[in-house]
Amino acid sequence: MNEQETIAAVLERHNHDGTRLMQILRETQEALGWLAPETITAISKGIGWPRAKVEGTAAFYSFFHLRPRGKYCVLWSDNITDRMLGNRELMQRLCEKLWLEPGRLSEDGLVFVNTTSCTGMCDQGPALLVNYRAVTRMTIDRVDEMAELIRNQVPLAEWPAEWFRVEDNIRRKDALLDHGLVPGEALAAAFARGPQALIEEIKASGLRGRGGAGFSTGLKWEYCRAAPGEAHYVVCNADEGEPGTFKDRVLLTSYADLVFEGMTLAGYAVGAQKGLMYLRGEYRYLKEALESVLARRRSEGLLGRRILDQDFDFDIEIHLGAGAYVCGEESALIESLEGKPGRPRIRPPFPVTCGYLNQPTAVNNVETLAAACLVAAKGGAWYAKLGTAKSAGTKLLSVSGDVERPGIYEYPFGVSVRQVLEDAGAKNCVQGVQVSGPSGVTLSANELERRICFEDIPTAGAFMVFDCTRDMFEVARNFAHFFAHESCGFCTPCRVGTQVVARLMDKLATNHGSPYDIDELFKMHRLMQGASHCGLGNSACNPIFDTLTKFRPAYEKRLKSLDYEPAFDLDAALSQARQMTGRDDAAAHLLNVE
Amino acid sequence: MSDQNTFLLDGEEIAFTPGQTIMQAARAAGKYIPHLCWHPEFKPHGSCKLCTVKVNGRFASACTTAAAAGLEVENRTAELDDKRRTMLQLLFIEGNHFCPSCEKSGNCLLQATAYELEMLTPHFDHFYPDRPVDASHPDVMLDFNRCILCSLCVQASELVDKKCVFVMGGRGMKGRKIIINSESGRLADTDFSVDDRAASICPVGVILKKRVGFAVPYGQRTYDKAPVSIVETEAAK
Repeated sequence: MNEQETIAAVLERHNHDGTRLMQILRETQEALGWLAPETITAISKGIGWPRAKVEGTAAFYSFFHLRPRGKYCVLWSDNITDRMLGNRELMQRLCEKLWLEPGRLSEDGLVFVNTTSCTGMCDQGPALLVNYRAVTRMTIDRVDEMAELIRNQVPLAEWPAEWFRVEDNIRRKDALLDHGLVPGEALAAAFARGPQALIEEIKASGLRGRGGAGFSTGLKWEYCRAAPGEAHYVVCNADEGEPGTFKDRVLLTSYADLVFEGMTLAGYAVGAQKGLMYLRGEYRYLKEALESVLARRRSEGLLGRRILDQDFDFDIEIHLGAGAYVCGEESALIESLEGKPGRPRIRPPFPVTCGYLNQPTAVNNVETLAAACLVAAKGGAWYAKLGTAKSAGTKLLSVSGDVERPGIYEYPFGVSVRQVLEDAGAKNCVQGVQVSGPSGVTLSANELERRICFEDIPTAGAFMVFDCTRDMFEVARNFAHFFAHESCGFCTPCRVGTQVVARLMDKLATNHGSPYDIDELFKMHRLMQGASHCGLGNSACNPIFDTLTKFRPAYEKRLKSLDYEPAFDLDAALSQARQMTGRDDAAAHLLNVE
Repeated sequence: MSDQNTFLLDGEEIAFTPGQTIMQAARAAGKYIPHLCWHPEFKPHGSCKLCTVKVNGRFASACTTAAAAGLEVENRTAELDDKRRTMLQLLFIEGNHFCPSCEKSGNCLLQATAYELEMLTPHFDHFYPDRPVDASHPDVMLDFNRCILCSLCVQASELVDKKCVFVMGGRGMKGRKIIINSESGRLADTDFSVDDRAASICPVGVILKKRVGFAVPYGQRTYDKAPVSIVETEAAK
């Protein structure tokens, strides 16, 4: 098949439907390697969209390439937990072996190496993506072998299968992971009650959204059901992008039936016939397995027409994201599902009344939907007894960092941070814990009695542990760069503010900072927290604020002086001139003006 | 109009009709709320955040927040103008803005708003981005060094001209930009016309008509004669 035929086949498969642009772009790129200008033109003609809109979407996502990326694209996960496991040194070694620089295609056009945001393998890093397939547990030996495989142009299918193995690492099970339900059990219980009573049951259970915000799931479904529209939709948010979080990956790997059954329950409750799962691009490798679970459920009468012989039709489709953290925000996710850049919408209206294709849409987290099955099968009153007064049920924690046993831990809400640390085998003395990822909260060692629940520390599930040997400033600096990379760029305070913050942190890192710069960081925090368009910008400075407040010495030891220091280094600026003139004598050096 | 349809703007009672945003109601009442991406002819975009106000103590964009009875809205307070000044500085350091040599000087909403809010320096280090100039079109040139990503040209081209010559694409400060609707990326290869609404919508100096530059000399331009707060409230009358 030539290129035009390939593009035509992809377009045909998606009925020339522009709202499916994300999938069209991904499938085309998987076949052709990159998205050339003429490819973009062909796709825009095929879906009848202005060309610039197609390019605008393609340019938004990190995993779409408008320039050649070579036969091998190696992206190292760059979460702080990967860094603590030595990813930077390994990447450097790979680049040296391949004679290239990070972020630049090799001269022969064969290979591209760079970093990417957290790939959700924090319990088995250092991790990377090679041609968007997940690789875990990188070592020096593996780097050397990988360089050989790439140089010899060995196809990915012939690479060691062991490299692509992803472990569940489930360390503690509770009500959800030990659910004991068989496929269809929760649905049958829901059908016996009817949709309205199902919603009442979910409300009575006290189930709240597991993505971090904690909105009542029962109310969300009730609002969605009540909203007028031509069609209703259910969306499963499987865009697990918060660095340090990987519990949805495990649910989708080993509990996919529960998640899909939860989506079907939601469809029944809100009156939807279609469910969409938005799966993050980093989890591309899960797609085929998930599709086969869907196929089996269809053959078992749990999806499709007349589910369990009831007057209820519902089916589920999987959409892949393409490397954009902001798409975890529900309205950005919906934009992406419609083929657009993932820019959070102006709210209100909220998705429950005006979501996917402007129709009422219930967007729920993977874990929320799985938990809904428990409620449907075992009852709201049973579920409400788990956890605390305002946080019913259990929570999956993705534990990583300085612990003996990183992995998934399920606890009833209300568990103390200390308990989690003990169970996971925290090494050395604990210096800090980052709960709920960069946008969450940084805890210091004297806050370990605090509890995981909506009354105290709400969390989407990340739990990164830092022992006494770690530099909490570097933790915050890693997060600052993450937000600068992931800001969608829509609003001024977040677009430019995240960059200014990252630059200030770099200035401090190179020991050029002063107390003035610390005041500047606080100022940016105050601005971005109130004025940003969405949660990303509003929470982007949380880790800076927390570490500045709780780990101040980590910053102060870097200050050059207690007075103002310019970012501009006069002597360094002369280095090029020195190089050109071949001079390096004392007179060729200048000290910054004191 | 009933008494119920009023809200307080900096302590002053403002009447509104249901459906109006705080921005629209304030403008109709002759009150100035600083803004860059908002334009009375278009749907609110809500991206520049210059119109950030406090509504019952919480931050909100005046251009996207519906006016409602009894709201207490803070607008020109020291706290809010301070934040606006910082956001203007962020916009100045993000692009390459050289007012003294810019054709738009005196007619530029960014410059005028910076004067209004007494922004005396850019404060932060400049990013000096590498942004292209497109002079390919016979009648119009594009200087993206000055782009503030307000999207007004996007809306004008799509909704008024029905062309989609300009589309906002890419991500983040380093990626977000106007994408031109042609495979070459050149304006000359689109159906853009100097008579398009989009040709005269740019609040800053990106979209410039050729051969008419400096027809009105510096010193005699819109915001040379009166500050933006006065120009805006006069225009609304």
